[in-house]
Amino acid sequence: MDNIAIIGLAQTRYERRKKDKIFLDLVYETTTAALDDAGLTIDDIDNVVTVSNDFFDGRTISGMAVGDAAGAYDKNISTVEGDGAFGAMYGAMRVLGGAGTTLVVAHCKGSEGDTATITNGMFDPIYQRHLGINAVTSSAIQANAYLHRYGITEQDIAMVSVKNHGNAKNNPFAQLPMDICVDDVMTSKKIADPLKLLDCSPVSDGAAAIIIADEKTAGRAAKPPVWIKGMAHCADEYFLGDRDLTNPRSLRQAAQKAYAMAGITDPFKEIHVAEIYEAFTYMEPLWLEGLGFCEPGQGPSLLKDGVTTMDGRLPVNPSGGVLSAHAVLVAGLARIIEIAEQLRDTAGARQVTGAGMGLAHGINGPCGQSHCVWILSKEK
Amino acid sequence: MAHEYENHAPMTMRMETPMPYEWSIGKYGSRFFQEIREKNQFIGIRCPGCGKVYIPPRRVCGPCFKELDELVELPNQGAITAFSIVNYPFIDPNTGIQRPIPYTYGYIRIDGADNIFSHIIDETDENKIKVGMRVRAVFKEKDAMQGHINDIKHFEIVD
Repeated sequence: MDNIAIIGLAQTRYERRKKDKIFLDLVYETTTAALDDAGLTIDDIDNVVTVSNDFFDGRTISGMAVGDAAGAYDKNISTVEGDGAFGAMYGAMRVLGGAGTTLVVAHCKGSEGDTATITNGMFDPIYQRHLGINAVTSSAIQANAYLHRYGITEQDIAMVSVKNHGNAKNNPFAQLPMDICVDDVMTSKKIADPLKLLDCSPVSDGAAAIIIADEKTAGRAAKPPVWIKGMAHCADEYFLGDRDLTNPRSLRQAAQKAYAMAGITDPFKEIHVAEIYEAFTYMEPLWLEGLGFCEPGQGPSLLKDGVTTMDGRLPVNPSGGVLSAHAVLVAGLARIIEIAEQLRDTAGARQVTGAGMGLAHGINGPCGQSHCVWILSKEK
Repeated sequence: MAHEYENHAPMTMRMETPMPYEWSIGKYGSRFFQEIREKNQFIGIRCPGCGKVYIPPRRVCGPCFKELDELVELPNQGAITAFSIVNYPFIDPNTGIQRPIPYTYGYIRIDGADNIFSHIIDETDENKIKVGMRVRAVFKEKDAMQGHINDIKHFEIVD
């Protein structure tokens, strides 16, 4: 693969309700901030990839409505309707395809629609929607299956909430920085057994943007480029009942492909920091298993042994993760941005010392049907 | 056994529940509706790059990719640039009720604006409406206004 890099990035602060902002505001603000970050103007951008979802926006072909705000006038623009990590991968492919410097911008306002209804709309309208399934209930099923299979306790996964909300205290963009203990999670409101309120990510408004460029353009960027060493995605079956929910095999495949592309043979040794899409607490250990950082069923041990805490060998979700801010679609791009900040040494109070290689991860579809894995590096 | 089912008609499933949304209107959109309520007039915004005046006001000029902030007061009158007398049933997305047909959808250049504003024109007789005719906005009573595009009842021909 040719050398390509992330040369500009920006995100909004994530909030429960940005009542004063419309989609256009969020997209314009992050686009201009990412251009400033890169030291570029809109004239330097050749392609625009927007990331949005029509159900969330309440608008048909929602990507077209933010084209002006993304500086797409007289440029080619296309939209990825899915998580931002996938949108960014499409953007990277535009660059690799020789189409020039590409802006990827994702927006979502979870506050404007009804999240339960919208995520219910992910499911089959004939056999499943009527039964009361949505993002939360499907994830509760997955959590139950995962805990049951490996004898994992609710306290084990509650620790993820404690860690990530604690990490969020060092992230000025996070929505829910919190000082909590396992008991706080355990006694928080029951949502869908075994998930309690503090096992669940919040509803959020926000946007994020990155600029991806070839090696030549990266040479004139204002800040050190963050090099894209590997990226891959892979999908599992659609119906939950057709999948083994406790075995993220599509993640395993995506990770293996991304590692191979990046020349990584021992991810646990070679990767210094990871940002994982944990919309619910149990997802963090489960996805860490899929990423090959431990054996199946051993995910919770990584946290219990202090491996994934800020001072551990592999800090996971130093940003506070998706549990601390979950603008849907934006969240995968936010994972990439956090890793890029870590590799630029600009992550402030949450900086992982000596981070040279990082992993960012996004998901699409219920219970992690599809996974996207990014390997980013400080070195070319 | 299979033969027992062979001639059954294919089945379908209906969903008629509306999806609720609460969209932010934004700084300039809010100002637009306030101007209608307070003055029965319009407000537009001028691009510092190309000088174009947009109605309704928005934050970004697409072609210039510049941020706009110079609000411009505009009258409640303009000229028809295009129209269609519509006979095709339209379900109002807010009420779920069908709008009476025919109705006339109009493209109106408000005096002083450079882009086109659209609204209903209160004339469905094709012999009485022409491109270029002058029109004026007719507003709801102030107390009945809701910060909604239907705070303008329609435009009427003043020629």
